Amino acid sequence: MTRKGIVLEGVHFLNGDVACAEGAIAAGCRFFAGYPITPATEIAEHLAQRMPEVGGIYIQMEDEIASMAAVIGASYSGLKSMTATSGPGFSLMQENIGLAVMTEAPCVVVDVMRGGPSTGQPTMPSQQDVMQAKWGSHGDYEIVALAPCSVQEMFDLTVEAFNLSETYRVPTMVLADEIVAHMWEKVVIPPAEDIKTVNRKKPNAPPDEYLPFMPDDSLVPPMACFGEGFSFHATGLTHDEHGYPKTSSSEVQQQLVRRLCDKIRLNADRIIRVQEVMLEDADVVVVAYGIVARAALSAVRKAREEGIKAGLLRLVTLWPFPEVQVAKYAEQAEMMIVPEMNYGQLVREVQRAAKETPVRFLSKLGEEPHTPMEILESIRRRDQ
Amino acid sequence: MIEETTIQTSAHPFSKYLRSAMMPHIWCPGCGNGVILNCFVQALDELKLDLDKLVVVSGIGCIGRSAGYTNTNSFHTTHGRPIPFATGAKLANPELEVVVISGDGDLFAIGGNHFIHAARRNVGLKVICANNFNYGMTGGQQGPTTPLESSTPTSPYGSIEHPFNLVHLAAASGATYVARWTTVHVRNVTQSFKKLFQKKGFCFVEVITPCPELYGRYNKMRTGLEMMDWFKRASRIEHFSDPSKAEITSDRIVVGEFVDMDRLSYEKLLHEKIAQINEKALGKVK
Repeated sequence: MTRKGIVLEGVHFLNGDVACAEGAIAAGCRFFAGYPITPATEIAEHLAQRMPEVGGIYIQMEDEIASMAAVIGASYSGLKSMTATSGPGFSLMQENIGLAVMTEAPCVVVDVMRGGPSTGQPTMPSQQDVMQAKWGSHGDYEIVALAPCSVQEMFDLTVEAFNLSETYRVPTMVLADEIVAHMWEKVVIPPAEDIKTVNRKKPNAPPDEYLPFMPDDSLVPPMACFGEGFSFHATGLTHDEHGYPKTSSSEVQQQLVRRLCDKIRLNADRIIRVQEVMLEDADVVVVAYGIVARAALSAVRKAREEGIKAGLLRLVTLWPFPEVQVAKYAEQAEMMIVPEMNYGQLVREVQRAAKETPVRFLSKLGEEPHTPMEILESIRRRDQ
Repeated sequence: MIEETTIQTSAHPFSKYLRSAMMPHIWCPGCGNGVILNCFVQALDELKLDLDKLVVVSGIGCIGRSAGYTNTNSFHTTHGRPIPFATGAKLANPELEVVVISGDGDLFAIGGNHFIHAARRNVGLKVICANNFNYGMTGGQQGPTTPLESSTPTSPYGSIEHPFNLVHLAAASGATYVARWTTVHVRNVTQSFKKLFQKKGFCFVEVITPCPELYGRYNKMRTGLEMMDWFKRASRIEHFSDPSKAEITSDRIVVGEFVDMDRLSYEKLLHEKIAQINEKALGKVK
């Protein structure tokens, strides 16, 4: 492998988990805490080897609850931090994901989705954690979730996840499926200086004037870390701009919860990314994400060869949900098709945004993802 | 004629260690948590610690509010998770002195797994447990240290669960410093807290504290004074006695230092290894 300054660069043949781990390193991640779980283990294994090489920390914790807590602790000590897991571990992390939301700790959580519920199908692909990523912790909040569809994107979107988490001080999820995590593909890694990385905003105020949860215009508060000379308090309780608990004030609760949600909602157009393929005149629009989008792309191309005006709206960002984009293409389309490896999750959001336009759901559970032919068949039957 | 007098006020010498904006505290009359916080602040003052390098982490419970009360870097985690949070904070910046102050329920019921693993790894955390034998904040329910046959709202017919002997658990898990005191032993508590900052590995101090409102009054000790009287009557100082024989009973509370040894801390081993491998990797690039 070509390594310049021990960060990987050049053209490589990698599996998705490894690409994700290298993406984290390229993004500046220097703290990983995790717990072994199929099919995300290779991320931990690769980082156990690579983190020390780049001067970073790898620790295997006693469970996923501890992993998520350690990630928040390291983030508050100033390191870019992440964990990686799959469904059962993702469930265990949810309470502390809520803590990261509440204390605005920048961090990345990679969830390689396998079949659930419960222990489910450890080695089979799924897209069953899409709703859990958004709603898994209690209370009203927003997070960011990205869905890679290739090994290249396992690298690229992990970098982007760190950038978004640092920009908005929000836990950002990479929602990969077992297939993109385990397949091998070519990955092109640009030189480190060409990879855009973002670091959290630091306070300008002197320590005695610093208010740890006072936002600037972007609704995101600049962040001091432990040991930097700013004495501050952070808590999972409802708190004011000093970070002090105010658990009986409706005013403080409203201000805080609205800001935590609005810093994502009002910046949605800056955060959201979609890929639009042959959509200009499309009257059948396939909305897909993750590995399924690859089959959908192939189906849409074949449909075009048959003279059907089909297009693909690939969702790179799942949360915040690309509502505007879905609504726009729903308006022009006669119908939308949503293939997902679950029993109906993101399709509900698509239906909500599509309003009157009919939405057809193609479900896959516990098997290989949709083939291009299956999606093409559905496109052909657009009038039925 | 009334003489004019000027009342001179000056700040309390410890006020710089506390966040006055967070006062008044939430603790009940007769509670011992204030004693523990006072001893902690006393230790900070005697050692003249750099507060910028100090992090106080608490979990959920009455004593969990002490992180917020301490005027330093502080973090109030989810229930049971101060130790793994503190682990992340300490490893990411080993220059920091990271102290966990939490209760028996937070550290040994919901967070018990984290305690034994942090001790096993020997992460350089300083863990202070306020043991009041019950879940005070939720109204006095039984917990992992509630004495056998004690009456609580969730053991109304007497607890049939055997409590943890915390010093034995800490010693068996690998802690390099283990001590137990009660809030009667304020000077010893302060001494042990000072010791925490002189040790490198995982350290543990249990402070038995009165909770007359939610534990004592269901167990024939209506006031803080009566509970303190029990501590005074039952406790005996036996330094370096066998922690496995230090169960707390109504007539015997063994206090003192149980363990004081040296073992390389996790963060030292970790960062030495990182430095080695990092250097080797950089060498390959050249």
